[in-house]
Amino acid sequence: MGPAAEIPAGGRRIVTVGGRSIGVFNVGGEFFALRNACPHQGGPLCQGVLSGFALPGQPGEYRYVRRGEILRCPWHGWEFDVRTGRSCIDPATTRVRTYPVELIPGPYIAETYEVTMEGDQVVIEV
Amino acid sequence: MATLIATGLVDCDVHNHPASDARLRPYLPERWRRHLERFGARTRHGLAQGFPYPKATPGAARVDAWPPGGGPPGSSLSFLREQLLDPLGVSFAVLNCLHAGSSQLDPELGAAVCRAVNDWQAAEWLELEPRLRASIVLPYDDGPLSAAEIDRVRGTAGAAGFVQALMLVRTVEPAGRRRYWPIYEACERHGLPLGIHFGGYGGHPISSSGWPSFYLEDHTGMAMAFQAQLVSLVLEGVFERFPGLRVVCIEGGVAWLPALAWRLDRLYDELRDEVPELLRRPSEYLREHVWMTTQPVDEPERPEHLLQVFERIGRDRLLFATDYPHWDYDDPVRAFPTPLPAGLRERVYAGNALALYGLPERPAP
Repeated sequence: MGPAAEIPAGGRRIVTVGGRSIGVFNVGGEFFALRNACPHQGGPLCQGVLSGFALPGQPGEYRYVRRGEILRCPWHGWEFDVRTGRSCIDPATTRVRTYPVELIPGPYIAETYEVTMEGDQVVIEV
Repeated sequence: MATLIATGLVDCDVHNHPASDARLRPYLPERWRRHLERFGARTRHGLAQGFPYPKATPGAARVDAWPPGGGPPGSSLSFLREQLLDPLGVSFAVLNCLHAGSSQLDPELGAAVCRAVNDWQAAEWLELEPRLRASIVLPYDDGPLSAAEIDRVRGTAGAAGFVQALMLVRTVEPAGRRRYWPIYEACERHGLPLGIHFGGYGGHPISSSGWPSFYLEDHTGMAMAFQAQLVSLVLEGVFERFPGLRVVCIEGGVAWLPALAWRLDRLYDELRDEVPELLRRPSEYLREHVWMTTQPVDEPERPEHLLQVFERIGRDRLLFATDYPHWDYDDPVRAFPTPLPAGLRERVYAGNALALYGLPERPAP
């Protein structure tokens, strides 16, 4: 995908991999990847606002938790845990596909081989 | 989308909006331009600007529906093509402009703004895009002014682009009352369906027990507002007086209609001598005169229940709508919890709307 530093904490990047649109999020230094399609009606979920979650307590009480970890779909506002892809309304069965994200130490340089010309022939030494 | 419906989708609820009030100025006479500059607009909900309830998202719109070139959602024809008409394979979309013209306290000002909105729709939308049709917006709480506007628009060169007259569901009085009859008479005269859309600013609470706390209550309550209006239209004898009137409930939900009809019929059987003008049971008027757009579609746990409700309402009375660009948009592929069976599918996505609005199968090139 590129250097992790290009996605600051709280930031995201939406990429297309194998024809799939995927959102990669940096949540406080941890990276998470989700399919950019809401399981409800297919809205571009990863374009949604990242905010917290109003956790119910007793009637008349709530706690505002998980700041910056709840992704809200830009269409109908369905909320998802960006860490797990599970929806807040129905975490057991309504979820968005997640993908593992791996940080690989860089710089990442491909192995190279020397190329020479012998007459009109290209020669690679292996 | 071609596999969804071969003839192309008909979207019965799309919202266009002026990029700013200044865009309507060329369509307003000097007298009303000056009035708006000096005195501004006044509506029943008491707020000079904005909505009586916060709308969950800015402009009540899909977050991705703000045109990249600026302006509010629904203000760019090119972005409408790019985000809705082209990718969804829309053959026709019916524009229901919700600009505040219809809610002015001063009926003359409201009528002037509605005239401007209708002329703006004709010049800047219908003229430029053959897939678009529009509703005639009205100062609907004034029946005679509204009827005059329907007559005026039908006499203009762009008349064919207007396929419906439009009210909002939250009126000043129940919709069956005499003040609204000139609208129904004009609709009948011109063969236009009457659209009744979600929203409006009649000044009354959405609930019959006062003002609620939440937008969620307001939005849910809109289904009750539609029920109140249908009950009024039926019991005041509107469909006896205007037998050609066709009413389209837009964005009010659908699943409540069968239960309402059952309850009305039962009470009618017991109390019919209170409304002796009615010659038939209420459910018969509803079945004959009422169409419903599907959005925001109800999502029962068992999807087959929705299909049962659709059968109850009548497979010839359901019209697909997205409500683009609003946040509660319904996607044509994903909105229904179960794919509509063949036969019903063609009707809901296109056939019923083509018949209702008298549209050809495809737009003229």
